[in-house]
Amino acid sequence: MTAERTGPAAPGIDPELIDTCVHCGFCLPTCPTYVLWGEEMDSPRGRIHLMAQHAEGTPVTPEMAGHLDACLGCMACVTACPSGVRYDRLIEQARAVVEREHRRPLAERVYRELVFRLFPYPRRLRALRGPLRLTEGLRRRLAPVLELLAPRLGTMAAIAPPITPRVRLPRLVRARGPRRARVGLLTGCVQDAFFPGVNAATARVLALEGCDVVIPPEQGCCGALSVHSGRRAEAARFARRVIETFERAGVDTVVVNAAGCGSATKEYAELLAGDPAWQARAKGLRFADLAEYLAELGPAAERHPLPLTIAYHDACHLAHAQNVRSQPRALLSGVPGVRLVEVAEQAICCGSAGTYTLFRPDASRELGDRKAERVAATGADLVVSANPGCTMQIAAGLRRRGRPMPIAHTAQVLDASLRGLPVSTLLAVR
Amino acid sequence: MSETFVAAPDGGPDRPGPLARLTERCREILGPDAVITDPVRLRTYECDGLTYHRATPGLVVLPESATQIAAIVRACNEYGVPFVARGSGTGLSGGALPRSDGVLIVTSRMRRILSVDLASRRAVVEPGVTNLAITEAVRDRGFYYAPDPSSQQVCSIGGNVAENSGGAHCLKYGFTVNHVEACEIVTPDGEIVELSRMDAGYDLLGAFVGSEGTLGIATKITVRLSVTPEAVCTLLAAFRDVESGGRAVSAIIGAGVVPAAIEMMDALAIEAAEAAVACGYPPGAGAVLVVELDGPLAQVEQEYAQVERLCRENGAFELRVAKDADERAAIWKGRKSAFAAVGRISPAYIVQDGVVPRTALPGVLAAIDELSREYGIRVANVFHAGDGNLHPLVLFDDEEEGAGERAAEVSGRILDLCIRHGGSITGEHGVGVDKARYMTRMFSEADLDTMQLVRCAFDPRNLSNPGKVFPTPRLCGEAPGVRKGVHPLVEAGKAELF
Repeated sequence: MTAERTGPAAPGIDPELIDTCVHCGFCLPTCPTYVLWGEEMDSPRGRIHLMAQHAEGTPVTPEMAGHLDACLGCMACVTACPSGVRYDRLIEQARAVVEREHRRPLAERVYRELVFRLFPYPRRLRALRGPLRLTEGLRRRLAPVLELLAPRLGTMAAIAPPITPRVRLPRLVRARGPRRARVGLLTGCVQDAFFPGVNAATARVLALEGCDVVIPPEQGCCGALSVHSGRRAEAARFARRVIETFERAGVDTVVVNAAGCGSATKEYAELLAGDPAWQARAKGLRFADLAEYLAELGPAAERHPLPLTIAYHDACHLAHAQNVRSQPRALLSGVPGVRLVEVAEQAICCGSAGTYTLFRPDASRELGDRKAERVAATGADLVVSANPGCTMQIAAGLRRRGRPMPIAHTAQVLDASLRGLPVSTLLAVR
Repeated sequence: MSETFVAAPDGGPDRPGPLARLTERCREILGPDAVITDPVRLRTYECDGLTYHRATPGLVVLPESATQIAAIVRACNEYGVPFVARGSGTGLSGGALPRSDGVLIVTSRMRRILSVDLASRRAVVEPGVTNLAITEAVRDRGFYYAPDPSSQQVCSIGGNVAENSGGAHCLKYGFTVNHVEACEIVTPDGEIVELSRMDAGYDLLGAFVGSEGTLGIATKITVRLSVTPEAVCTLLAAFRDVESGGRAVSAIIGAGVVPAAIEMMDALAIEAAEAAVACGYPPGAGAVLVVELDGPLAQVEQEYAQVERLCRENGAFELRVAKDADERAAIWKGRKSAFAAVGRISPAYIVQDGVVPRTALPGVLAAIDELSREYGIRVANVFHAGDGNLHPLVLFDDEEEGAGERAAEVSGRILDLCIRHGGSITGEHGVGVDKARYMTRMFSEADLDTMQLVRCAFDPRNLSNPGKVFPTPRLCGEAPGVRKGVHPLVEAGKAELF
């Protein structure tokens, strides 16, 4: 049972990684929690200091755990750091330590277990769709009250998007025209349950650009939520399943359309470092973000015009974690008629950050409002976001401002352009 | 738990000491969320950008207004507790090093731009606003804030005022002191006072800027905005060695060209920047010069021709000119990230800051090289070549026995070199705690005593950032007997102790 042998790869926090921080503070202004609270211990530099204290023997105190939990994991600090500190790895290690050494209050533990037993399982998540659809009107009305009484429930109620009809994707979507490539498609959990239209659009765009798209239904969760919360063993289990599934599907490239999943899958080799055989298998598969992949492939299909002003939102796990910034912008501006505008404070997280919305609704909401304000200020016709979490978060923020805006994924814009659909298909405010 | 932590050093909860009483008062003034007493949290404030000196503060407070700061400072006076102000904590001389028996007043929540008046080219900002945020707020309208320390994206304007910060462009445009029109300050005894360039009489604003937190805390700063120049030309010149680069600098300045900036980096600094931000500087360069010219287009074009010729005459083997803002940013990126980038090639390092006359540059650099070899300690050089402001980065491995001490010694001897060549122990980072001990090498006892008289006029109780700038506290009322004999000015009847 190799499954049980690759447990938590790192028992503690690597002091060598900690030592690379020279305390220059360049990370402070890009850190969302520092932007909110202006406190050292809620900045990357301060959190690394807390990690150093722990590495020197200070036990995990509730305060320490609180500040580490408060990190959104947006990785803006990794982009900003001139010393190349691997904060992404540090915070993952620190979270594993917190999970192991810190005993959270009972209610908190129950809630976290619930989240981790629900979200990484597409089938369980899909089961929620029925109740969510039936209660949509009620939810929206109740959300403000709930947010006061039980902020976490309120957040869940407020942020879940409108439920659209389930789309069953076939196992194989054949290339239109001459075949240029054969790729796998990772469908994700939240994307699959709440944004099935994005997956369908992704498959169509890839097919129209000449790709055979293999979509194995048994792929499961990629492990992003788990690994970003310090649950490495659980994440490794998910990772192995994903790798196995796509190996069997006979592809060597897997296209990912959710930023969080993309960044997690690209780190499989690191996650599975404790098991050389699995690590080698991880290295045998290439995971690529949709925009990254399409930019490399180059356009082949005809683009039909879409007269639209688009505000493109950088998802943290795309921009900071994968360094994918120019490709989606190039793809969008490649559509005739599209005018791209930038959102102010692009580098600051929208506050969604995977499970963050669920665990820290207060901070998440504040950041969501901040982002929504800046998105609205662009005056664009459409917001484009390439991560389901950001999409829900920004939409909820815009709703709270009483100024909802249409929001779509890069794939949906390309899909509309490639198929010559009218702009109105993208502009339905939901 | 946090209660005991604060009360214990003062003598237990029954007899709350000054710090415990101050803590209570601060909670009343600020509310509980802005008062930090938990030991783990306090420790994250133990140092600023200079990690060599560390002290866990007794208390940290996060005020949001001048009134609150004034109330805290008055309470400090009441209980006799020293206070230290801190902005973003990026200083490189330990100027914001906390005191374990004192309170750290952090301005990171005071970051509003209060007003912008383009007609009179002024902006009024709170002290926690970052240097770059000012420029970002007015850039679209054709203005910017000129002083640009390398840490401009994070360093606070309050800290810039305290340290009189410079930056690459101060060769042409001057330091913070030249760009601050007025400051609202909380004096060391807790009064809110406005100091302005327009004041008649002594230039108290001039005295305050660069006083490193010893004369009070800036709570509102009126900065001067500059008009974005019509043309900017940034070029990168690669030389085989530092000497030829240095000659080019002298030639450029000697020809009467005043560039906005002339920066030099040596091979080791280039290596670090390359590792950090892949700045793509010409391979094989022993030194690079970044020269920026700005002003009216015609003037820039004419100066560029001159600079290009002088660089080539002095051995530049490759010249690159930035074609647009992105290319300019790419050239600057290597330079501006150089300090932190050194973290890529060395586990630990000391950033030194000294000044020499420009003409002494080649000699001093050769002497630094000698020191480096003598001690077996690598030194990377990054400097504002135009005004002779050196930033040697002394690299060492803190795991290695005695390496830290040797590095500190090299660093100190570099300052001796600067003094010997008629320079100064700091160009722009300030004296702080780190260089207080070198003050005696540069100033006589009488000089230092005179400075103390100024300090005592503002801070008679020695509560405002004590232990910084001066090697030992003297002359102030509460430190009697430290000084041997009477101050010469007092003896001559020209000054009085108070």
